[in-house]
Amino acid sequence: MTRYAKPTILSEALALLGERPWRLLAGGTDFYPALGNRPLKEDVLDINGLAELRGIADSGDHWVIGARTTWTDIARHQFPAAFDALRQAAREVGSPQIQNVATVAGNLCNASPAADGVPALLTLDAEVELRSATETRRLPLSAFILGNRRTALGIGEMVTAIRVPKSSAAGCSAFVKLGARRYLVISIGMAAARIIVETGVVREAAVAVGACSAVARRLAGVEAALRGMPVPALRDAVLAAPMDELSPIDDVRGSAAYRIEAAREIVARAVVAAAALDEGRRAA
Amino acid sequence: MSEGRINIAFHVNGAPVSLAVPPVRRLSALLRDELRLTGTKVGCDAGDCGACTVLLDGEPVCACLTPAALVNGAAVTTVEGLANGALSALQASFLARGAAQCGICTPGLLVAGTALLEKEPHPSEAQVQDALGGVLCRCTGYRKIVAAVMDAADYGSNAGGIDRHLPASGHAVGARIARLDGVPKINGTEAFGGDSFPADALAVLVVRSPHHHPRFAFGDLDAWAQAKSGVVGIFTAADIPGKNCFGVIAPFADQPALAEGVARFRGEAIAIVAAERDAVAGLDLSDFPVEWTELPAMLQPAEAQADGASLIHANRPGNLLTKGFVERGDPEAALAGAAVTAAQVIETSYVEHAYIEPEAGYATWDGDTLTVVACTQAPYMDRDDTAKVLGLAPDKVRIMPTATGGGFGSKLDVSLQPLIGLVAMKTGRPAALTYTRSESMMSTTKRHPAVMRSSIGADAQGRIAGMVFEGDFNTGAYASWGPTVANRVPVHASGPYRTPNYRAEGRAIHTNGPISGAFRGFGVPQATIMQETLYDELADRLGIDRLAFRLANCLRDGDETVTGQRLEGVGIAACLEALEPHWHRALAEAEAFNAANADRKRGVGVASCWYGCGNTSLPNPSTIKIGISAAGEVVLHQGAVDIGQGSNTVISQIAADALGLPLAAIRLKGADTAITPDAGKTSASRQTFVTGKAAEKAGKALRDKILRFANVSGEAQLALEAGALVIREGEATRRIDLSKLTADADGLAFVAQESYDPPTLPLDEKGQGKPYAVYGYGAQVAELEVDMKLGTVKLIKITAAHDVGKAINPLLAEGQIEGGIAQGIGLALMEEYIPGRTENLHDYLIPTIGDVPPIETILVEVADPEGPFGAKGLGEHVLIPTAPAILNAIRHATGALVKKVPATPSRVLAAIREAWS
Repeated sequence: MTRYAKPTILSEALALLGERPWRLLAGGTDFYPALGNRPLKEDVLDINGLAELRGIADSGDHWVIGARTTWTDIARHQFPAAFDALRQAAREVGSPQIQNVATVAGNLCNASPAADGVPALLTLDAEVELRSATETRRLPLSAFILGNRRTALGIGEMVTAIRVPKSSAAGCSAFVKLGARRYLVISIGMAAARIIVETGVVREAAVAVGACSAVARRLAGVEAALRGMPVPALRDAVLAAPMDELSPIDDVRGSAAYRIEAAREIVARAVVAAAALDEGRRAA
Repeated sequence: MSEGRINIAFHVNGAPVSLAVPPVRRLSALLRDELRLTGTKVGCDAGDCGACTVLLDGEPVCACLTPAALVNGAAVTTVEGLANGALSALQASFLARGAAQCGICTPGLLVAGTALLEKEPHPSEAQVQDALGGVLCRCTGYRKIVAAVMDAADYGSNAGGIDRHLPASGHAVGARIARLDGVPKINGTEAFGGDSFPADALAVLVVRSPHHHPRFAFGDLDAWAQAKSGVVGIFTAADIPGKNCFGVIAPFADQPALAEGVARFRGEAIAIVAAERDAVAGLDLSDFPVEWTELPAMLQPAEAQADGASLIHANRPGNLLTKGFVERGDPEAALAGAAVTAAQVIETSYVEHAYIEPEAGYATWDGDTLTVVACTQAPYMDRDDTAKVLGLAPDKVRIMPTATGGGFGSKLDVSLQPLIGLVAMKTGRPAALTYTRSESMMSTTKRHPAVMRSSIGADAQGRIAGMVFEGDFNTGAYASWGPTVANRVPVHASGPYRTPNYRAEGRAIHTNGPISGAFRGFGVPQATIMQETLYDELADRLGIDRLAFRLANCLRDGDETVTGQRLEGVGIAACLEALEPHWHRALAEAEAFNAANADRKRGVGVASCWYGCGNTSLPNPSTIKIGISAAGEVVLHQGAVDIGQGSNTVISQIAADALGLPLAAIRLKGADTAITPDAGKTSASRQTFVTGKAAEKAGKALRDKILRFANVSGEAQLALEAGALVIREGEATRRIDLSKLTADADGLAFVAQESYDPPTLPLDEKGQGKPYAVYGYGAQVAELEVDMKLGTVKLIKITAAHDVGKAINPLLAEGQIEGGIAQGIGLALMEEYIPGRTENLHDYLIPTIGDVPPIETILVEVADPEGPFGAKGLGEHVLIPTAPAILNAIRHATGALVKKVPATPSRVLAAIREAWS
């Protein structure tokens, strides 16, 4: 018989994690589909009793999103405009039923190439807080998700928070999702862009694309091409910029060639939308 | 801290509950199995369909993804808790608006809608779509759901249920009434296939082939069974007492209930395991003792037809199941002499029915008779096939259909019936089985993928001169309804147009793919994509308006079809004419939009349909029994299974008016084979026409009996008043005290039973004859916008004109049209089943509530001389024009014809690039 534990304080959970391997259960939205109709064979550590892991806090220099924070929590929270892309993505993770229980950390730990939350978090320079009974470490998100269904989570560790530096929570952002139907759809591709505009010129740009590589990627070439560029020239800048980070595959949702072409288009739309928002905000 | 059980306490629908449960048990299972709250449905167990939506502390969640431990201390609201014994405003709105058809998704929609209305009593359309986007519905096309939620406030708090406004005697036909069987579908009490399992039933699990074409050998089954706690028995083909071979068309029957040594497709059943239900959660089939040896598999018809290809069935050379053929005139000469010709190759994909209710049912054996309680579209066919496999006489199998949560053709074939029947017979225990979503998708039938080639020519005035068509239809591993598709396609591939010179051949080719069977239209939707896209090319090249081109060529009364059948009551011209103002308005709007936009282009497309109702040139009878009980009720034995399409209501309306008593007096007896005569299968758009005609005949016969008994003329009026049958003619009134009459064994004082079989004639070697007694017609205009940079398609509006002969119930007819259009949208834009890859509802996409645009329905009534009250069939017609209208609109918008459906963004963009390169 497998074991089940539902600790109510984090230290207890971390102590259990130090003893043996556990399968973590939070929102359950990836847990149950992965389990299917097979019998449960793993020990389950239910972290839904850890109240301290849910919620969004201001730590002074960071926004700290607790690991159990749900996508509905994200969508409803009053964040700065830089989080708009994340809030839009929150509305696209599955359905409202999924968003009400699925957690931000779960989206990262599941490490699907099509995880809707990842591009926006990448543009916010998010870092992942990992804790074990003995250690706390922080990894940039880009160093946490290593591949399709692969993360840097070590033995005895769990994700406890996602931290966004306030220095990166600047500007405006936008998210564009491309799917074959309106709701409840795995993305063919998605793009998030966060742009800071000053006097009509891009001062800073952070752009990321998901579902077009094994792990969602920031697009350094695009970002470099945008910096210093006047707002009306952004679309053309995106269309001409290198996107070497992307390496899409052919699958049932679309061909690799299509994804390359579509990714460029949705990046352009996200960039133009974010820049227009930021410029509009400053003008107002 | 062990996985055993934990104690949880919570509130369900306001009532406190405490129980000991395994902590990670799914809430859906807890509600259904422990608390018997079966109103919460399970469609996928993966959060993909939303059927299990419940409120957890007021917020919608999927119960299938919610661990039992999470609800400790919480308040759970299920569909059963939305109203206290009556109906909530939203429930009343759903019923009145026809927002529930089969009803399987309805609880999830109601719960999600209730959460929205708590926050926003007067939601916008966009708010409704956002809130309900996570619940899939396969029947309704969502439009009536959107309207029902938006307008729920109109129904106030409805303490006493809704006023049904049932029509007076003689006014049932044509009345726009809510479905008579609707209340259980919206209050959670409807029992579908998986909702009434006996507590002592064994659970049945099916071992299936993971490969497309393996040889297999069992290891030590007994040792495995003994090592597993709770396993009661393992059964294989060797245990089957009858003939291990079933199929819907007897001469082609070829499918084993359990494969023998070789499986021919991925998902084929090879063994079943019967176990105690409380042991199933811990039962791991991954070490089931079977050794697989993969054999070469052919998944494409081209491979299966290649020289030297191995045979999937030894008696079918070339892997050809059968072919259908129709020829008239001299098509080659006509094409050679045509002013313009158009030729194309079109390809379609496997399409999954994706009803939200997976196959489910249970069986019991009393030592003499096997009873199967399961969802189905065809109880008598189930009875006969199950009896054959299990070695029983047909009258020793009783099929008791449950409510069926969608069928669309796939629940015509037996699935689990012989399997649970075998377990019940072998063990003497009730045996229950609910397919998992992936099991349902892997093992049951699909729409045939087609590769079609056609040329059509027209003269300089735009009259069709001739057409040739050939189509290879991938019929998969077993016959199922492949012969029907092969035969229906050549009869219909001309469309409802005068085609004097014609040749069409449809071939059903075996592969190791999923079994292709019946799916709303039997191949005609695929063939119509071919013909209607070529019509657009011809019209454009002739410089003729595309709708005018169709009007100039469409069949009219007295015309002959490609099979030489002379038609009367032809409504296609009336449908196209009804669309004309919409067509011109839409074209003008698209033109204005396109002049102002470069990155997005609008397009307008039109396509027609015709469809013969009932079996193709084969007997197809329905029988209806109707009587008056001693208690003064009209008892209607209504055997036409209502899978959501509305036969319980429509057949009652016909019977009531034929009899001359009010609809409110009718009490339905269901399609239980032990008590109700055979009304045939719910298929081929035949129930309103064929069973409706039988109901009309039976109603009239009963009326005649009563009139003769009372010795009055046909002008007399009937009424039921306080247990008496009252007959009035002129000044005279005759009162028959029903309790004083001798009732028969069914308790009926008067009874009549009538059958109807449509008059058809066989097709000769050139396909000439009268394959159908009645055809229905329709045409649709699609308006859409294409994102020229992404290839995405946004539908703006569908306008649908359908000639139904006589709309027996306009509300339900609209529901059929909207639902068929939604499936047509799926066929056109997103649905592609790939075995081994899309065996779930997140990789296999069907339209959501955000994918179906406003639909304007125009009901055209050109009476049919044969149909009851002039009615024609409708159920399949409605899906046929949608996909070609969409492809034509995409071509109009972009200049590019997408030659393979679904027209995914990837394919649309590639077609645009190709057209403009």
